Amino acid sequence: MNQNLYNYILGIADNSLILGQRLGELTGHGPSLETDIACTNISLDLFGQVRSYYQYAAKIAGDKRTEDDIAMLRKEREYVNVLLVEQPNTNFAYTIARQFLFDVYHFLFLTQLEKSKDLTLSAIATKSIKEVSYHQRFSTDWLKRLGDGTEESKAKMQEAINDLWTYTDELFHQTKADKAMVAEGIGVDVTALKEAYYEKVDAVLSEATLETPESKWFQKGGKQGIHTEHLGYLLSDLQYMQRTYPNMEW
Amino acid sequence: MTTTEQNIDEILIPILEKVSDPEIPVLSIMDMGVVRSAVIENNIVKVEITPTYSGCPAMDVIGDDIKAALKIAGYDSEIELILAPAWTTDWITPRGRKALEDYGIAAPLNAEADKDVLLNRKRLVKCTNCGSTNTRLISQFGSTACKAQFQCDDCQEPFDYFKCLK
Repeated sequence: MNQNLYNYILGIADNSLILGQRLGELTGHGPSLETDIACTNISLDLFGQVRSYYQYAAKIAGDKRTEDDIAMLRKEREYVNVLLVEQPNTNFAYTIARQFLFDVYHFLFLTQLEKSKDLTLSAIATKSIKEVSYHQRFSTDWLKRLGDGTEESKAKMQEAINDLWTYTDELFHQTKADKAMVAEGIGVDVTALKEAYYEKVDAVLSEATLETPESKWFQKGGKQGIHTEHLGYLLSDLQYMQRTYPNMEW
Repeated sequence: MTTTEQNIDEILIPILEKVSDPEIPVLSIMDMGVVRSAVIENNIVKVEITPTYSGCPAMDVIGDDIKAALKIAGYDSEIELILAPAWTTDWITPRGRKALEDYGIAAPLNAEADKDVLLNRKRLVKCTNCGSTNTRLISQFGSTACKAQFQCDDCQEPFDYFKCLK
């Protein structure tokens, strides 16, 4: 099997799986009915995209592995999502900040993945980008509303942006699989997205009357499987049924 | 490669037209544009369907319903889910749009108008209850991923709007 391609697909899909799971935690817990439904709809979109990626990865693996095995039965160290998406729903400002910081990246990334030589990845990207443009609109809208809102909402929004800022740089780190896939015209060169990303983020933050953090200290490790403490708890929730009742089907 | 044409054997059309979208029972999957091809090969019907949204939970049910409808008509079938070309709301037929409206779901506007209404910049979506366009967005996401929630400021009716997907 093409190990680099397999790893590359997981590198894309794990972000959506973990973020989708985080958003899914808001089912019945969103601050209002509309935001609750929006977050869970976004979660559903992400899970849908994840299924396409994992189905493709399972096909490449060519053994008995299924999409469910890939999603549910790996150990923490085997998930290669970025640290940003595993951060908890501390409050609604954090949920929105995390979503916004990821959506801007996700949209830029998919725009490039659409041009991939790999027709399956290109098709998934074309499909997903339509959905992600709605995600980005939602998170951008709320970022502005809370940033340019009351004194309290602004303070909370700024705090969330400041806290999550440290996880943004990792989005643009290349893994071994990334490099191999870029060389083959299949993967996206994420380093080339960095400038457009920070430009866009900066523009929206200033429209939201928020400060762009100046800190140059960034966290990394997710892409290598070294996660923050939050992922373990998330996975224990995500994998509970399969670990307790192996091979159960719903 | 990116053909948007459908390839459906005429004999299968009446059978497939009877299968409806489980979320919107008045709407046939044919009018929804999710069936991209259906051909008979060696007595087996091969059907290709494409999801409206990646995570649309209706797709598995639609696949099962197609199989069941074809079985009743005497055919075995294989269903394949395809992603390219990606579904667009342009594939909803005029009859499908009318069925949506009759059911209480406003049909999608064009891409530009869609953006205007979803950012609450313009009032263009026609209320499915009274026909007024004095309507506003309540939530960008509605009861399913494909819809947004609107309310009419004349008759006060809340209703779903099917978002444009290009």
